[in-house]
Amino acid sequence: MTVQHKPFAITLDVGSSHLNKTGSWRSMRPVYVDRLPPCNKTCPSGEDIQGWLSLAEEENYEAAWRLLTRDNPFPAIMGRVCYHPCEGACNRGQLDLPVGINSVERFIGEQGLIHNWQFEAGEDTGKKVMIIGAGPAGLSAAYHLRRFGHAVTVFEAAEKPGGMLRYGIPKYRLPREKLNAEIYRIEDMGVEVKLNHKIEDIEATKKSGGFDAVLICVGAQKSNMIEFEGDAGIPILDALKVLRDTELEQPNQLIGRVVVYGGGNSAMDVARTAIRLGAQDVKVISREDPDNMTAHKFEIQETIEEGAEVVNLRTIKSVNGHEITLEIMKISEQHHSGHLRVVGTGNYETIEADVLVLAIGQNVDPALFSKTPDIELDSHVIKVDAIMQTTQEGVFAAGDAAPSQRSVTSALGHGKKAARAINAWLDGKVYQPAPQNEIASFDKMEPWYYSDAPRTVQPHLDAVRRRNGFAEVVGDLDIEHAKYEARRCMSCGNCFECDNCYGICPDNAIRKLGQGKGYEFKYDYCKGCGMCDAECPCGAINMIPEDI
Amino acid sequence: MSNQDSNTDIPCEQQTVKFYQTGTFTVGNRLLDEGCRTVQATAERANSLDSGHRACQGCGQALGARYALDAAMRATDNKIIAANATGCLEVFTTPYPETAWSIPWVHSLFGNVAAVASGIAASLKAKGDTTTRVIAQGGDGGTTDIGFGCLSGMFDRNDDVLYICYDNGGYMNTGVQRSSATPPAARTATTMPVGDNPGSSFTTGKFLPAIAMAHEIPYVATASVHDLHDLERKVEKAMTFRGARYIQINVPCPLGWGSQPALTIKLSRMGVECGLVPLFEAENGKLTDSTKIRYRIPVEDYLKLQRRFAHVLKPQNTHQLDAIRQIAEDNIKRYNLV
Amino acid sequence: MLQQISGSIAVAEAVALCRPEVVPCYPITPQTHIVEHISTLVKSGQLKNCTYENVESEFASMSLCIGASAAGSRTYTATASQGLLFMMEAVYNASGLSLPIVMTLGNRAIGAPINIWNDHSDAMSVRDAGWIQLFVESNQQALDVHIQAFKLAEALSLPVMVNMDGFILTHAITRVDMPTQEQVDQFLPPFVPRQKLDTEAPLSIGAMVGPDAFTEVRYLAHHKQKEALSIIEQQAEEFQGIFGRDSGGLIKSYYAEDAEIVFVAMGSVIGTMQELVEELREEGHSVGILSIRSFRPFPANAIDKALANTRHAIIFEKSFAVGMGGVLASEIHMATVANDLKISSVIGGLGGRTITKKSLRKIIESAMQDELDTEVFLDLEGTTVVRELRRQQEEQNSGPVAENILRDMGVVSASKTH
Ligand SMILES: Cc1cc2nc3c(=O)[nH]c(=O)nc-3n(C[C@H](O)[C@H](O)[C@H](O)COP(=O)(O)OP(=O)(O)OC[C@H]3O[C@@H](n4cnc5c(N)ncnc54)[C@H](O)[C@@H]3O)c2cc1C
Ligand SMILES: Cc1ncc(C[n+]2csc(CCOP(=O)(O)OP(=O)(O)O)c2C)c(N)n1
Ligand code: SF4
Ligand code: SF4
Ligand code: SF4
Ligand code: SF4
Ligand SMILES: [Mg+2]
Repeated sequence: MTVQHKPFAITLDVGSSHLNKTGSWRSMRPVYVDRLPPCNKTCPSGEDIQGWLSLAEEENYEAAWRLLTRDNPFPAIMGRVCYHPCEGACNRGQLDLPVGINSVERFIGEQGLIHNWQFEAGEDTGKKVMIIGAGPAGLSAAYHLRRFGHAVTVFEAAEKPGGMLRYGIPKYRLPREKLNAEIYRIEDMGVEVKLNHKIEDIEATKKSGGFDAVLICVGAQKSNMIEFEGDAGIPILDALKVLRDTELEQPNQLIGRVVVYGGGNSAMDVARTAIRLGAQDVKVISREDPDNMTAHKFEIQETIEEGAEVVNLRTIKSVNGHEITLEIMKISEQHHSGHLRVVGTGNYETIEADVLVLAIGQNVDPALFSKTPDIELDSHVIKVDAIMQTTQEGVFAAGDAAPSQRSVTSALGHGKKAARAINAWLDGKVYQPAPQNEIASFDKMEPWYYSDAPRTVQPHLDAVRRRNGFAEVVGDLDIEHAKYEARRCMSCGNCFECDNCYGICPDNAIRKLGQGKGYEFKYDYCKGCGMCDAECPCGAINMIPEDI
Repeated sequence: MSNQDSNTDIPCEQQTVKFYQTGTFTVGNRLLDEGCRTVQATAERANSLDSGHRACQGCGQALGARYALDAAMRATDNKIIAANATGCLEVFTTPYPETAWSIPWVHSLFGNVAAVASGIAASLKAKGDTTTRVIAQGGDGGTTDIGFGCLSGMFDRNDDVLYICYDNGGYMNTGVQRSSATPPAARTATTMPVGDNPGSSFTTGKFLPAIAMAHEIPYVATASVHDLHDLERKVEKAMTFRGARYIQINVPCPLGWGSQPALTIKLSRMGVECGLVPLFEAENGKLTDSTKIRYRIPVEDYLKLQRRFAHVLKPQNTHQLDAIRQIAEDNIKRYNLV
Repeated sequence: MLQQISGSIAVAEAVALCRPEVVPCYPITPQTHIVEHISTLVKSGQLKNCTYENVESEFASMSLCIGASAAGSRTYTATASQGLLFMMEAVYNASGLSLPIVMTLGNRAIGAPINIWNDHSDAMSVRDAGWIQLFVESNQQALDVHIQAFKLAEALSLPVMVNMDGFILTHAITRVDMPTQEQVDQFLPPFVPRQKLDTEAPLSIGAMVGPDAFTEVRYLAHHKQKEALSIIEQQAEEFQGIFGRDSGGLIKSYYAEDAEIVFVAMGSVIGTMQELVEELREEGHSVGILSIRSFRPFPANAIDKALANTRHAIIFEKSFAVGMGGVLASEIHMATVANDLKISSVIGGLGGRTITKKSLRKIIESAMQDELDTEVFLDLEGTTVVRELRRQQEEQNSGPVAENILRDMGVVSASKTH
């Protein structure tokens, strides 16, 4: 009898193709990469937005909060007042609308408050840092320095900490219990805040307190003022003072017909405050056309909704009695060739007013530096180098007092950066920011995979109800919407375990390591076709040449 | 408030919290319910067609075959026997001494795979084995041309076989010649871009899904490798029927189409989104459903990534481009694609 | 049990006793009655656990056999002539894949011109296809050899083709001894496939083999057929033990060992020859017959031995290789090349032409007088051929004269006998 075996060569045993290492065909090799999402890159506080959104998607809110606050200690505050440049850069904006990063941030901040999550200070280093000013820059720096384990004392001239968060931004945008709660949390780390303690002589305080380093975060507290022609027969107020008095519940001066001069966010805040305080008629006079006002669109819109009138392309010429004369402006046709954008027409009109408030910008008060000639100013702000050090060794500056975007988030980012620089300096080193990864630009992604998911809209208080008080205008997302919004994030440049690469490799050359563990290439079999790279929705794979 | 309800295009209904980040268009996702993930997303997938095969880089057919068979394996608790026609899929998987198949598999000839599968089904029937199921698979040439007689016979007898045609639009294994499934105007080695009507002819060609429907077999579907959820659902659905079933899968072929290997999935997607590759299902000869185009694109966007259509985009051949556009229009109407 | 039935019915019944599991069929004369009858046996429930499939072509029927056999089922089909050619690719494939399929070939001529009658052109067209090819002389043998064919196929994991002359056997109603199911079961164990498509133990069947191993694959196929030589003998003996009949085997000699002149042939013509040889022997002539029952594998040694004492072998064939001549003749020439054996090739019975005892007697008589040419076409209508060749020559006005061609071809002498 013949031997009972299978036919030679024609019939084969399974698994035998593993002997054929097709990896040798490859000229390009896929590698997993983490690219820098544009939101992260744009966030002045340097938040890992993609990272915490990814945790929020998983409903792991504490981890999300911890990751977020690694960079920014104020999620509940920032979730309300941040101008969110991240959203402007968000790749999802090229698909439908940007992810509502800010609203999710607020939701996570709320979770932190509800669950009373706390920060931990680092191990004591024995070093002492003095910070001037308890605005966002100073508090952020205090927080980061405490995490490094340094002792921190913050000197604050005002009766309460917060800087512009408290004395500039009105309550209807930032309820004070949220502000206080997030500031207390920093104080609870062991940060000493000395209130009602205006610094006049930096060097003297430093010496008497035995501080090793100084950080100046005094902000831009001095309003710009202009003198008008005429008799100035009505009160001409400074925006900062108006807002500050409102916060301190001083007698209201915004009575009757209120004219606010300026086209920025402060002007809107003043106008909206005036409405809430019962002014009869509120006008905002802006030199710019609507598209070029410095205030954010949404703030202008909310201001108008609440009943103020915004008058564009006007400058105040003179104030005589209750009569304010305005020059009608126009956009210059030659403004592209270096001329002024907006020029006068020589035509005038008049309006009536009972109060005029100037909201035309703020600057650093130079008085503080009269005793420290080594600290130089430049264009009304403190001169600093790349690591936030002033022209005097060991003295750093951050926030509005330094060259900055004049926003809370950039103040927080400054505070963080200055803290890192001080930490290195205290150790005798120079702070080197970590190199940034390649940007996860939209063209590196495959957006087809993202399903259509319209942006959620946060609830807003009715305009009628807004006029009657300082209740918060914008509401919280509920948990379903927060999750929805987080899940709109496309995870630009960072693997979100969609299994695409694992699934679409025609050579089965990718191993799935299990949830949370990612994937790895089986280079023995990968032919380098590049499909995994092309079809990674978020651009977390790169093809690099093999050295052959 | 939000428009969550407008998210009706998310196919996985059982997901309690609807999944918005990527819908279910990706292969899997850490946030998806297990049940809503594709077979390919699982570490336990059968890998019916495994590493070490010799398909070109980025071969859509290698991918389509693993997709389809793994889905069938899951649907039958790993009780699949496959018969294969001669063609790329056979050649690149089983050159002696290596096979890349991990399932029972037989290759006989180019033109007889449907009959071989019928024979396997007949054998199972004789043995009273109702759990093991049979799949026949072949290229478009092996299906629409040389194997057509056997396929039609298999349909006629309603043999319990799922026939899967991997349509790459030509005889690729023999060096890219025209088959009756080659799209109009396409350049192949036997339809060169010369003369007044360059490339493959417009007047002929067989659309086998429609012919299969004319046999009134229980289930007919078309699928494409870019939409795995759709593909797997169709294969799994096919396995719920007894009798003859036919699925035609659009599988880009970088070699034959003159396209970048990395673009295989993209081309599969674009073919569907421009209307040239209609995705639909039919039961007992009647159209039951079609997969809607998500974002319609112009046909030329699809054509320009393939060298086989390079001549169509030349100014002197706009009549061809118009004719192709018309085909897309007709498909969209006939199969309700938008 | 003795029955008076046609060869086709006898074969169908015998096949049914072998418990085939899958029988795909396609009609072609003269095998139709076999598959029709099996169809009825299956439909009526007499043949159980069998899937009968009406397919769309012979190509499909052999392909279904391939699938079914690879899936581990005992598989049977039948065809003839054009049908065999239509399934040709699958015929080669079945043997290449080593699948133990049994097929009946109701031997018939191949067209064009289309001709439904018997000869062996179809069988000879697949002589290199790697199948075992057995020939039967009678309906009893046809029945018996089918039972052996399954056992042989499965023992070797090779397909077996049983050749029975169309009409002469398939349609002839004769008395046959139909065995019982118990006897068949005793002889033929259930099919245990050598290789099987099995979800529990997956395999890939039908790989592509390149130059690196193709020669070895072919050599091993050849070797296996050679091994079959002894198995065929053993099984014939075993069959005789159970059924009490001498059927099958490689060759069958009727007085060949001690005959000066021996007819060598395959199939039903042996019956006619037997009558003639009995007569001639009574007349005192030293004549015999050698029946080749296994054409593939070709039993060269057995033939050589059987013809050791023969002076002149007349190889009678019902087909020939056009442009070459008798295939069996040249194969026997190869097998006996060491012997001092005279070989004549006689081609006859083409396309169903009756082979008469009288014509055969003339052949043998001219052999006795040493006048038989090396190539003879039995009963060729010489005048028709000559007339046609002349006409052609006149039209074309070229080539040698018709008679010369005919002489070259050795047909003139045979036509003279008319
Ligand atoms: C009306 C208004 C509304 C705004 N709204 C927004 C907004 O919605 N979103 C946004 O991102 N940004 C907003 N900004 C800008 C933003 O508030 C500032 O960019 C940010 O607060 C700057 O932070 P900082 O810490 O540098 O300075 P500040 O917030 O100005 O804080 C400086 C602190 O230093 C203290 N200080 C000053 N001098 C001394 C001294 N000599 N000794 C001790 N303490 C001192 C001050 O009392 C103050 O507390 C707004 C600004 C204004 C004016
Ligand atoms: C009877 C027969 N004719 C021709 C061939 C040659 N042949 C082998 S594969 C093939 C082309 C296969 O084309 P298709 O079925 O579309 O599969 P693809 O290779 O494109 O995947 C051809 C023509 C053959 N093997 N058998
Ligand atoms: S989609 Fe997500 S990761 Fe990408 S930019 Fe927007 S928020 Fe950042
Ligand atoms: S394709 Fe998906 S799983 Fe793969 S790297 Fe990209 S995001 Fe991660
Ligand atoms: S898809 Fe697979 S073969 Fe292609 S490059 Fe990626 S890992 Fe390699
Ligand atoms: S020729 Fe086409 S179908 Fe064949 S292996 Fe290459 S890519 Fe795949
Ligand atoms: Mg093809």
